[in-house]
Amino acid sequence: MTKPCDRCEAPAAAGERAFSRRDFIRAAATLAAAGVVLMGPHAWAARALGGDGSRKRLVVVFMRGAVDGLNVVVPCGDSQYYDHRSTIAIPRGSGEGAAINLDGHFGLNPNLSALMPYWKDGTLAFVHASGSPDPTRSHFDAQFFMESGTPGDRATADGWMNRVLAALPGRHDSTEALSMGPLVPRILTGRAPVANLPMGRGAARPMPLDNPRIEEAFDRLYDGGDALSRAYREGRAARRKLLAELEADMNEANAGAPMPNGFSGDAERLARLIARDPTIRLAFVALGGWDTHVSQGANRGQLANHLKPLGDGLADFARQLGPAYGDTVILVISEFGRTVHENGNAGTDHGHGNVIWAMGGPIRGRRVYADWRGLNPAALYQERDVPVTTDFREPICRVLSAHLGLGDDQLAQVFPDRPAMTGNTAGIIRV
Amino acid sequence: MSASNDKAAALHALNRAAFGPRPGDADAVAEAGARAYLERQLEPDSIPIPPELTAQIRGIRTLGMTPPQLFAEFQEPIREAAKGDVAAKKAARRAARQVVQEAIYARIVRAIHGPRQLQEVLTAFWFNHFNVFAGKGLCSIWIGAFEEEAIRPHTMGRFRDLLGATAKHPAMLFYLDNWQNTGPGSPGARGKFDGINENCAREVMELHTLGVNGGYHQDDVIALAHILTGWSIERPGFARRMGGFGGMGGGGLFGRFARRRADAAGGAADAYGFRFYPRRHDYSDKLFLGRKIAGGGMAEGERALDMLAESPATAKHLSFQLAQYFVADAPPDALVERMARRYLQSGGEIRAVLETMFLSAEFSDPRCRGTKFKSPYEYVISCARAAGVEVINTRPLAGSMAMMGMPLYGCQTPNGYSNTREAWLNPDGMMMRLSFATAIGAGRLPLNRPPQDYAAGSPDGAAERPMMRPAEFVDRPPPPDPAALAMTLGDLFTPNTAAAVEQAPPPLRAPLILGSPEFMTR
Repeated sequence: MTKPCDRCEAPAAAGERAFSRRDFIRAAATLAAAGVVLMGPHAWAARALGGDGSRKRLVVVFMRGAVDGLNVVVPCGDSQYYDHRSTIAIPRGSGEGAAINLDGHFGLNPNLSALMPYWKDGTLAFVHASGSPDPTRSHFDAQFFMESGTPGDRATADGWMNRVLAALPGRHDSTEALSMGPLVPRILTGRAPVANLPMGRGAARPMPLDNPRIEEAFDRLYDGGDALSRAYREGRAARRKLLAELEADMNEANAGAPMPNGFSGDAERLARLIARDPTIRLAFVALGGWDTHVSQGANRGQLANHLKPLGDGLADFARQLGPAYGDTVILVISEFGRTVHENGNAGTDHGHGNVIWAMGGPIRGRRVYADWRGLNPAALYQERDVPVTTDFREPICRVLSAHLGLGDDQLAQVFPDRPAMTGNTAGIIRV
Repeated sequence: MSASNDKAAALHALNRAAFGPRPGDADAVAEAGARAYLERQLEPDSIPIPPELTAQIRGIRTLGMTPPQLFAEFQEPIREAAKGDVAAKKAARRAARQVVQEAIYARIVRAIHGPRQLQEVLTAFWFNHFNVFAGKGLCSIWIGAFEEEAIRPHTMGRFRDLLGATAKHPAMLFYLDNWQNTGPGSPGARGKFDGINENCAREVMELHTLGVNGGYHQDDVIALAHILTGWSIERPGFARRMGGFGGMGGGGLFGRFARRRADAAGGAADAYGFRFYPRRHDYSDKLFLGRKIAGGGMAEGERALDMLAESPATAKHLSFQLAQYFVADAPPDALVERMARRYLQSGGEIRAVLETMFLSAEFSDPRCRGTKFKSPYEYVISCARAAGVEVINTRPLAGSMAMMGMPLYGCQTPNGYSNTREAWLNPDGMMMRLSFATAIGAGRLPLNRPPQDYAAGSPDGAAERPMMRPAEFVDRPPPPDPAALAMTLGDLFTPNTAAAVEQAPPPLRAPLILGSPEFMTR
């Protein structure tokens, strides 16, 4: 489907995409608007802890477009992997560009080497052969189901992260959940208020509405209880905070200090924001560009070019969280996996099972959690794809219960009709 | 009917079948009747286009170029320059970037000023239905041609024609990777053209025709992929240049492609750059949607597209999409059913389906009015129309759409943008809309400024293009008069809005009207 061209400067895609530094600066400014404090120590110290006073957080990164999980956590021990992938397999062994050994059977894509320290210190794990039980190979349906948390049911009106927000104890205000991007993604859609943080240029530029006379006039227009008025008032409140924070930030010695480019720098600054504001409980970021039907590459090429910034970014994110890393779980998910066999254009087509990444202080890592059945044709889903032997809701439920403290009743609200736990991911959260 | 009801019905027609009223439209349509207006809009050829607009559009040179011509003029220089000269390469890239800018310009100018409004609305609708992303390689230079050649001529014609034109257009073949889709073991299979690519086959069924619940299975996706093997792109510079195709990091492929050019002899081709390559086609018999399609080359694909276009699932899917756009976020089932029936009875005539919809009780029900939340594209275009401004510079408008999360030609995924309230109503979106309303309502947007950048990037300079030469050099159109603007919109405001406008200082009244809750919906 999509193979982003890094040279093309045609209009940027809406919604998900890799961040540029410019994007981040705007997003960061708007994060501040949402009540997240940007760098300065002035305001957040006075702010109460959110809800139950807990600092425990969940960050979800969604790789839209279906990442090829077999080239992320590589089953080096299955010879069929190499039989099926004549040009795009990640080599095993110790040579240059080989998969980095994880547990003797699986190896990590070498472009994710920045994550190895977290693997080694036991706070990075993977859940392989996981995903949604729904058989769809449609990106849009599969993303819908993974965000609604109700595979097969298109009637669900809200997203599971929004339901988590509602289930968290305490009072809720709009600073508890953040989404990067100009639109509120389905996963966060619902009754609990959520701040969306647009990326792109110009968030900090003066806006006509900053003029009190203009604002006053529009205030009269949107003073009702309807959805438009509510959106208006939330937008205004966010904007006022943004301006105050920006002004304060101008006085910071480090304001505007150069940051690394790309997702790395963005993630690093995002982490600083989240680390400083204890009221943020949930955050969501979507990244695009994983739909590698053509010229996917092996340890170099298209997929590699997307994995490396993500791996580096997550490492920077973890580093920048500092002590807050101990209270943060990061889950990296994608709607489905890709075919075991390489297609006719050195790419892969839509598949089924995939790998979920789990990272953070509360994760019992250095382990690939999986009911792994190998890559024999008989073991594959429809004789072509990795089967789903662990429902994606299972590791999420373990995070929600053992990390965020949700009870069984609340889990049932977040994921109605979820399947029984298999035990495949037992112990993934340290308690 | 009362005069005010006539006016409300007229505004409803203008809001749905057009991008909202321009000054004087509401009265004129109320006078003739909303139904007559809709019937006229369904016959676009009967509506004359003002000569100035025709001249303005004709002045956009790249809009009349075919994909092979565009490739030769804008892509080859990038390859040539790549051999060394950095400055030349940069200049060639800059020139290529102008192509998509010109497509954006043409789309917006016609949406604002074109009298065949329903055709403009449907061009945006069908483009979105058959979405292509300008950010993917060669799509950036072909996206305008795609809209001109594959979408615009077929917006109210037979759906089968629209489907065939989009499926064969180089922009779509490139976007959904089918140009590389090759029969495994076929004589032409080699290198990266070595087998099946399912991407196009899946999206054609899921998004373009049957819909995701349209009753097809993975086996059908694979069968259609095999049927579409060899449907690819004519390579314009082949004979001259064996080196390859710039901009996609796979130069070598095209070398191989070029050497096999003779293979293509006998394969069908068209003027827009489609070519069927028999040597890369899988000639075996296929089982598709429960029917056998005998191996027969390109005719198999035509047969498959016939089957898809004739399917009741397609009738229903398209009817739902149209009704959701034109009637309600959750369109009434009965209406969708009637539209689907009309589709099947008429042999897939889009005009007939639209007629059933526009003349339905559901559409003209007063409760239907003002219930669709405008997408950023619709909001921006309708503001410019209501304000009655002449637009020479579309950049502030295109930039505003992007800020609101809907860059024109910038939807990366093939499902296109949503058009529901749920998708577009959010706090930041409201701030962006009101900022835009204030800027355009106060006359602050440089909509009359000749965009200088175009000249810098075009080889022949802007001076030769009429669109770049406004008669008078006034950067900004004057702000709309609030009383006139209120009349344009039928003066149908809630007491709250009317009071807020009344109490505001005069310069803020037009911004408030354009930023009112009434104007956020259509």
